[in-house]
Amino acid sequence: MGKNVQGRRDFMGMALGGFTALGGLGALYAMKRSWDPLPSVKAAGFTTIDLSAAQENVLNIEKWRGKPIFVLKKSKDMKPDDRDIVIGEDRYHVSIGLCTHLGCIPAYLPDKRKFLCACHGGEFDTSGHQIFGPPPSPLEIPPFKIEGTKLVLGEAGPEFQKMLDAGLTV
Amino acid sequence: MRELKILAVVVFFTLVTYWGVEPFAHSQMHKHVEGHGFTYNGTADTKEAEAGVVKAKESGSKEAEAQAKLEAKKVFWADVEKIAQLQGNAANGEAAFATCLGCHNGSGVNMGGVIPPNLDHAGALYDKNYLIALIKDPAMASNVDHKYEDTMTHPMGSIKTMVTDDQQIADIVAYMQEKMAGEVTSKQAFDEACARCHAMRYAKTTQLGDTPTFKYEKDALAHKIKVIEEQEMVKAYMGKLPPDLSIMVRARSEHFMETFVENPQAQLPGTSMPRVGLSHEGYEKVKAYLEEVGDPSKPAREAIGPWVLLFFVVFTVLAYLWKKSQWKDLH
Amino acid sequence: MAKFEKANSVNEWLDQRLAVETLKRVLSTEYWIPKDINFLWAMGMVLAATFGVLLISGIFLLMYYKPDANLAFDSVNYVIMSEVGYGWLWRHIHGVGASVVFLIIYIHMFTGIYYGSYKKGRELIWLSGMLLFVAFSAEAFSGYMLPWGQMSYWAGMVITNLFSGGSLEAYGLVEWIRGDYVPGDAFLTRFFMLHVLLIPLVIIGLIVLHFGTLRIPHVNNQEGAEIDFEEAAELYKAGKKKESKVIPFNPVFLSKDVFVMGVYFILFFYLVFYHFNFAMDPVNFDPADGLMTPAHIYPEWYFLWSYEILRPFPKDPGLIAFGIAQAALFFLPFIDRSPNVAPAHKRGLFFVWFWVLIVDMIVLTVLGKLPPEGIFNTLGTVAAVIFLLMGPALIVITKFEKKL
Ligand code: HEM
Ligand code: FES
Repeated sequence: MGKNVQGRRDFMGMALGGFTALGGLGALYAMKRSWDPLPSVKAAGFTTIDLSAAQENVLNIEKWRGKPIFVLKKSKDMKPDDRDIVIGEDRYHVSIGLCTHLGCIPAYLPDKRKFLCACHGGEFDTSGHQIFGPPPSPLEIPPFKIEGTKLVLGEAGPEFQKMLDAGLTV
Repeated sequence: MRELKILAVVVFFTLVTYWGVEPFAHSQMHKHVEGHGFTYNGTADTKEAEAGVVKAKESGSKEAEAQAKLEAKKVFWADVEKIAQLQGNAANGEAAFATCLGCHNGSGVNMGGVIPPNLDHAGALYDKNYLIALIKDPAMASNVDHKYEDTMTHPMGSIKTMVTDDQQIADIVAYMQEKMAGEVTSKQAFDEACARCHAMRYAKTTQLGDTPTFKYEKDALAHKIKVIEEQEMVKAYMGKLPPDLSIMVRARSEHFMETFVENPQAQLPGTSMPRVGLSHEGYEKVKAYLEEVGDPSKPAREAIGPWVLLFFVVFTVLAYLWKKSQWKDLH
Repeated sequence: MAKFEKANSVNEWLDQRLAVETLKRVLSTEYWIPKDINFLWAMGMVLAATFGVLLISGIFLLMYYKPDANLAFDSVNYVIMSEVGYGWLWRHIHGVGASVVFLIIYIHMFTGIYYGSYKKGRELIWLSGMLLFVAFSAEAFSGYMLPWGQMSYWAGMVITNLFSGGSLEAYGLVEWIRGDYVPGDAFLTRFFMLHVLLIPLVIIGLIVLHFGTLRIPHVNNQEGAEIDFEEAAELYKAGKKKESKVIPFNPVFLSKDVFVMGVYFILFFYLVFYHFNFAMDPVNFDPADGLMTPAHIYPEWYFLWSYEILRPFPKDPGLIAFGIAQAALFFLPFIDRSPNVAPAHKRGLFFVWFWVLIVDMIVLTVLGKLPPEGIFNTLGTVAAVIFLLMGPALIVITKFEKKL
C-alpha cells in the first residue's frame, strides 16, 4: 500500500510541478519583453542627414542610434568604390564610425586620406576598407534611403539593399 | 465543513471592509450627478438657475438677478427648441457659413484667449440643439454666462449681431450636419473638441497641435516658447491652465468624465470650462482617444486576463488533487 | 581540513560540503506541523509567496523608474504603462500585491489572536511578526511616494508632519526627514532608497527571524493542544500516520499550502486584470502639485483604522492615541494574562473581546475614509475610545479567565 501511495503522490506532485513550470515560461516571456528596447527607442532609430552642404575631403560626423556616422564627400582623386553613395555627380562615403575591431572611433587624417584608429592602430581607406592592423572587416554602412540630396538613416532603400546583397556591408 | 465556515466568516468581514472603503466611501465623497445622455435642451441649466434662486432667497441678496437669470435661461432654451423645429436649408447655410470661416479657418491663431476650433467634423461631433444654441448665444450655450457680464464679451459673442435670423441659424446647422460630418477618427475628435485648451503630453500634442520632432535643440526650444505663450493666453482667459489630459481617464471615474464633459458646471460649479456640446457618438470618440492614450494596456489586459485566470484555476485543481493524495492516509 | 570521500552523485557532493540532506530534513521533510490545522495556517506561506511576487514585479519596475521629482510621474505613468512590454502588468501586480498583502497580514494576525498563538513560548513569533507588520507598513508608505502623484505628495506631507510631535513643534525633525521644507526631490530619492533597498533587506531579515522563531515552539493548532512533537514524529515515521498528531512540512503541509495559494492567486489575478482601481487610487494619477490639496485625502485602506484613531481628537491627544494604537498590539502576549492556549470560542469573555476588536477596527477603517463630518465624526470618536479601552479590558478579562 505504501508503495502505491508513493507512486500516486509523485504523479500528482509532478503534474503540478510541470504545470507550474508552464506558467513560469509565460512569466519569463513577459520578463523578456520588458527587457526589449522601448518603442520610442526604436522609433528614434531614423535620422535624416543633408548631404548638399558637404565639402570634399572634410569628414562630417552625425549621430544615429547613438552611434557616430561618418560622412565624407569624396574628391576626384579618391578611388571610386561600390560602397560609395552616388548622388548626381557626387560620391559620398557614409559609414558607422566605429572600428570593426573593438569599437573605438577612428580619426580621419585628411592629408593621408585615411582613417586611423588609435586604440590598436587599425587603418581604413576613404571607402572604409581596412588596410592595416587588426580590424577584420570594412566599416559598416548604416541602412539608408536616398531622398534627393538627403539620406534617411535607419530605412533600407534600394541602393542599400544592393550593397547588402553584394556583401559589401553587414 | 468547518473550514468552509471559517472561510465564510473571513470572506464576510473582507467584503464588509471592502464595501466600506470603496463603494460606500465613494458614494459619500462624491455627489451624485445625473447625466442627460448628451442631449441639450436646457434642463440642467434651468435647474441650476432655480437652485440659484433658492440660494439667493436664503441669503437674501441678489434675488432679482437670480430670478432674471432663470427667466433668461428659460427663454433662451425655448428659442433654441423653436429653431430646432425649423427646416434648415444646407445650400443657404453654406453661404452663411462664410461668416464662421472668418475665425474657424484652421489657422491656429489665438483669438481673444483661445484658438477657435476647427469645425471640419462639427456636424458629426456636436449635438444639433447645441450648435443652434451656440450660434444664438455662445456663452449661454456653453453654460459659462456667469463669466461674462454681458454675454457679448465672449470671444464668439459678436456672432449674435452677425447671425440674427432664426432661419439662418437653422440653415448653418443643417449645412454642418450634412457637409461637415464625415468619418472622424478618435484623434480628430479629441483634437477638434478638446485640444485647443488641453495638452496631452503622452500623445505629444499641445494647444498648438502635434509637436513636430526637431533636429536642433534651438528649434525645439523655440517651439516650446510658442507653446508656453499660447498656454499663457489660454490661462489668462480661463483663469487657470486647463490640465493635461494624458491619463485623465485613470484619474477620474467614467461617470465623472461623462457628466463633466456633458455639463462641466454640474461637477465643478463655477468652472470656466465651457460645455463643448458633444453628441453621444462624439463623446464616445473622444473617450476612445482618451483611453487609447491614457490606458493603453486595456486591450492587452482583456486578451491575457482570461488565460492567466484559467491557468490558476487549473493550478488550483491540480494542487487540490495533490493535497488529497498527500492527506489520504492521515485520517 | 576534514576528510572528504569521493562523491557518487551531485547530491552527495553537495551533502558532504553543505549538509543539504540534514538541511532538507530539518527545514522541510522533518519539520513537523500539527495535523489539526485549517487553511488559516496557510496564510504565512501565502504571505511569503506574495512577498516574492512583490519582489519580482518590483525588480521590473525598477528597471525603468526614475527617482526624480520631475521625471518620476511620467516614468511610471508613461514609460512603464505605455512603452515597456508588460510594464503595466508589473505595475498592476505590484499595486494590487501591496494592497492585498495587508489583507492577508490582518487575517494572519487575527488568526494568531483567535487561537492564542502568541503565548507560552510563542511570544517571539508574535513580536517578530509585529516587526514585520511595521516593516511592511513602512515599505508600503515609501512605495506610495514613488509615482509622485497628488496622493503621494500629500500623504508624504501629512505623515512626515506627524513627526513634529504636536505641541513639541519639532519642525526641524520634519525638515530633516524630508531633506527640504516640503516633500521634494531629496525626499523622493531617500524614500526610493528606503523602498528598494533598506526596508526590503530588513523585511527579508525579519522573515528569516520569524521562521526561526517558529522552529522550537512549532506552530499552534486548532485546539491549542500541547503536542509532544518528538513522540508524534516517531509515530509518523513508523508509518502510523493516522495515530500521529503531526505531519511533515514537506510535502504534506505544503500540499495544502499550495492549494490555498492557488485559490488565493485566482482572486489575486482577478484583481490585477479586472479590478485594480481599489489598489491604485485615481487621485494619484494627477501629478503632484504642492499648491493644491485634493478635495479628499485619506491613506490606503490598511492604514485607515489607525488614521481614524488620530483624527477625532485634538492635535496632541490625537498623536498620543495614535502612538498607543501603533504600539498596543506589540504587547498582546504580555497583557493577555490568561495561561490558556485555546481558540477564542473556548475562552469565554475573550471571545467577545475578539469580535468587538474586529468590528471596532473595521468601523474605524470605514470611518477613516469618510469626510470627518457630523455623525461620522461622533462614531469615529466612540470607535477610537473603544479601541483604546480594549487593552485594559483585555487585562481584566484574561485575569479572571477560568483556567481550562
Ligand atoms: C509578510 C509578513 C509575514 C510572513 C511572510 C509570515 C510568515 C509566517 C509563516 C510561514 C508562519 C507559519 C505558518 C502559519 O501559521 O501561517 C507564520 C506564523 C505566525 N505568524 Fe507570521 N508572517 C508574517 C507576518 C506576521 C505578522 C504581521 C504577525 C503578527 C503580528 C505574525 C504572527 C505570526 C504568528 C503568531 C504565527 C504562529 C501561528 C501559529 O503558531 O499558529 N506574522 N508566519
Ligand atoms: S578598436 Fe580600432 S583597432 Fe582595435
